[in-house]
Amino acid sequence: MDLDPVLIGRWQFGITTVYHFWMVPLTLGLGMLVAILQTMYHRTGNEMYLRSTKFFGKLFLINFIMGVATGLVQEFQFGMAWSEYSRFVGDVFGAPLALEALLAFFLESTFLGLWIFGWGRLPRAVHLGSLWCAVIGSWISAYFIIVANSWMQHPVGVEMVDGRPVMTDVWAVLTNNTAIAAYTHALCGAVAVGGSFLLGISWYHLYRRRKDGIDTIGPDGKVVVGSAPDVPGRDAIDHQVWIRSLRIGAVVGIIAFAGVAITGDIQSKLMFDQQPMKMASAEAACHDGTEFSVLTIGDPSSNDCDGVENVFEIPGLLSFLANGDFNTPVHGVTTLLPDYQEKYGTHLPENELYGQHSGEKIDYQPIMIVTYWGFRLMIGFGMIAAGVSALALWLTRKGTVPASAWLMRGALLSITAPFIANSAGWIFTEMGRQPFVVAPNPARQDAVYMFTQAALSPELTPAMLLFSLISLSLVYGILMVVELRLLIVYIRGGVASAMPEVAKTNHTPRITNDEDDVLSFAY
Amino acid sequence: MEILATIWFVLIIVLWTGYLFLDGFDLGVGMLMPVLSRTERQKRVLLNTIGPTWDGNEVWLITAAGATFAAFPHWYASLFSALYIPLTLCLLALIFRAVAIEYRGKGHSQAWKSFWTWAMALGSAGIAFFIGAMLAITSSGLPLNDNGDIVGGAFAWMGWPAVFGGVGGVGFALVHGLIFLGLKTQGEIRDKAQRWARRMLLPCSIGFLIWFGLSITQRPWLIAVVIAAVIALGAAYFAVRSGAEKAAFTLHGLYLVFGLFAVFAGVYPNVLPSTLDSARSLTIASASSSDYTLTVMLVVTVICLPIIIGYQIFSYRMFLGRIAETHIPEAHRVPVAIRS
Ligand code: HDD
Ligand code: HEM
Ligand code: HEM
Repeated sequence: MDLDPVLIGRWQFGITTVYHFWMVPLTLGLGMLVAILQTMYHRTGNEMYLRSTKFFGKLFLINFIMGVATGLVQEFQFGMAWSEYSRFVGDVFGAPLALEALLAFFLESTFLGLWIFGWGRLPRAVHLGSLWCAVIGSWISAYFIIVANSWMQHPVGVEMVDGRPVMTDVWAVLTNNTAIAAYTHALCGAVAVGGSFLLGISWYHLYRRRKDGIDTIGPDGKVVVGSAPDVPGRDAIDHQVWIRSLRIGAVVGIIAFAGVAITGDIQSKLMFDQQPMKMASAEAACHDGTEFSVLTIGDPSSNDCDGVENVFEIPGLLSFLANGDFNTPVHGVTTLLPDYQEKYGTHLPENELYGQHSGEKIDYQPIMIVTYWGFRLMIGFGMIAAGVSALALWLTRKGTVPASAWLMRGALLSITAPFIANSAGWIFTEMGRQPFVVAPNPARQDAVYMFTQAALSPELTPAMLLFSLISLSLVYGILMVVELRLLIVYIRGGVASAMPEVAKTNHTPRITNDEDDVLSFAY
Repeated sequence: MEILATIWFVLIIVLWTGYLFLDGFDLGVGMLMPVLSRTERQKRVLLNTIGPTWDGNEVWLITAAGATFAAFPHWYASLFSALYIPLTLCLLALIFRAVAIEYRGKGHSQAWKSFWTWAMALGSAGIAFFIGAMLAITSSGLPLNDNGDIVGGAFAWMGWPAVFGGVGGVGFALVHGLIFLGLKTQGEIRDKAQRWARRMLLPCSIGFLIWFGLSITQRPWLIAVVIAAVIALGAAYFAVRSGAEKAAFTLHGLYLVFGLFAVFAGVYPNVLPSTLDSARSLTIASASSSDYTLTVMLVVTVICLPIIIGYQIFSYRMFLGRIAETHIPEAHRVPVAIRS
């Protein structure tokens, strides 16, 4: 059989990275929100904030560990599967990875340990500070890894020496305009995830309280908050926990959407300059034009420009996205192709590093259906999440949610929207970069670019790649089920699942000890 | 120049030593979970001795890998791709170990608990084995071609170095974990850990001792360092016997430091020798990044590493003190009333 190792390697990298990026935005976004909740508790001493900190903190930890476990795979797999890539880019690309570990991961993991086990042991301000250190650590880590990724999209700060890019200006690498746009954009996307998460889960609990008859709507149309002494944790403060978290989540979700829109616009403009072919494919734009396509039929997947027909377009919008005005035509694929072929060749070099692809014709056009829909799914699901947030603020103006099971299901389902937007954004970014793994920087006419076909470790056989692809996917799949089930159990349990003291109506005496107190938190 | 690359070689060995020293006891405790402790409460004591700090220890591994990529991209690329299959298994072990620590206490059925107990034990053993084997292999070399790629297929790395490095890694972690438990617990577990440490220390050290000892075939004067390692090990043994737990822990660490020093001083100036032709060996000169990159990274490391060590010490000090079974709170179940 003639399996293409590059294809398997790409599938493996795509699967493991997209999976890693399900945990990551929740860590980044929810971590920040939990830190804000705990800060509010520190400031006001209000029990409601303590409860929401502990409840969402628990969910944060269940998710966090999967980010750690899958991140380890990321750190190793450049060398394992993409050794030619690692040799080529090592001088610039390794540095942000090492900086990430030194500046971010140590900070994050050490202080998160202090936070988890520090309840009741550390002075309260130090304990809160630990969480902030961990959260800031996770933001720093996102920055450095995006610096690495953005260098692949837009190489800067290097010089070619003996056929390899050598770093000459670390500052240029760290302040790459692509990186700053992508970082702020990804961070806003992560905050959107955190906001939806708070919103959906709080909605569920407010709905349960209504369904169980604990909260009712009074004659003046406002909520009448009750309590159910026989159900652990369902007292009056519980209502405040959820309504406040819901509102924080909704407001944060709307702000985050404004953030992704602004930073995304900046990214579009950079992409127009830096990776024009990606932009053209994102629009299924075969010919030059100014219209933004809302719906394109024909078959963008055929990757054949004759079959594509734009049905509904907004005049001028594409120009605006790419260029900031309404009439500069954006180049289409057919215009760009000869240019690419002239600069980077029509065929891959005849070289054994290209394996079975040696001498093959280069296809400069990314898979249009992926870039086109990736871009639209990202924006569309982002809009859905923001719309749900706005709607939620309106629907809860009485102080609780409507007693509709369908609305509750919708709110829970809307948690997935920003996740889908994030994955779609990355798939668009990464697959739109093809056929390059390091995209050329049009502003510099040197050889700092690399075709994906040359990046794989030469000694790997399809069987070896399949072994790791299958075993990792299998384990990831199983762990996904485990994580989701745990999250569901803890979400359903409400605050009482994270706070034994709330769960107990009749306190059982603690085992006391002469030397030391019982750990307030233990695995 | 050579000097920068040499400094980075030393730093990377320091990172690996730090990893083995720190995560070593986490891995040992992990492996001991199913066998040293009898009751559920005792298992939780074991888990909680490493609970607050294991993740910070694991970052030494991430940093070692990342720093190798930054400072010696060719070493990173050749070694990691040559060990494709064992490192895949190592990653699976790392995944299971990490997830086990967090998830074990979050379910309450017997099957759930014993599944994660074993995931923890086998994961820890796998990590110790593969990291030990990888370090031994990078010192003994691999059949590399001109491009730095391994020849001979997916299993060409197999050989005696993988065996004594791997077995040695497991042995080291076990003893290190036992000594650590002697320091961190009290009561029945402490007694048992001390007893086991006495019995296991010498046999468990055979793998690493062979590896350390082989360094004298590279540079005869290293025999002095190997002897220092043996003396530290012997002293650790007597400290364990006499119940001097802190001294035992330090000495057992010192044995590792001397041993790894001998091994990598023996390999220098290679980083990954080619067993086919010494001209193809990766050396600190041929595998390293540019001086500029090495300098930038050095500046950051020199500033950061002391700070990192500072706050890691702070974190250890916060959780100083022995853990007893009575310190472990009742397991908290998710209340059933609103679970429906
Ligand atoms: C909740 C998530 C989310 C939402 C709602 C949006 N994005 Fe996005 N987008 C991402 C999450 C994301 C991402 C996953 O974070 C990406 C992938 C790579 C990156 O840097 O960010 C991304 C990439 C990305 C790129 C590709 C950059 C490149 O390849 O060089 C562009 C042009 C945009 N976005 C533009 C937008 C616009 C105009 C949006 C309009 C509202 C938008 N995004 C919403
Ligand atoms: C910042 C860190 C990242 C780096 C350094 C990076 C780098 C790479 C590399 C080396 C490949 C394999 C070669 C190739 O096929 O082009 C790749 C492919 C891919 N990555 Fe990324 N990536 C990063 C982040 C992400 C994230 C967060 C996602 C998604 C959530 C993602 C999605 C993908 C996908 C879908 C592919 C397969 C694309 C294809 O093969 O056509 N990447 N990336
Ligand atoms: C392909 C490139 C990537 C690599 C090599 C990588 C590496 C890692 C590693 C080693 C961890 C575990 C850290 C630990 O044990 O503490 C991790 C987790 C994490 N990574 Fe990634 N990652 C990649 C992509 C991304 C991207 C694109 C982002 C953000 C935008 C990101 C942000 C994070 C965050 C926030 C975590 C959460 C857990 C933690 O930091 O410990 N990573 N990553």
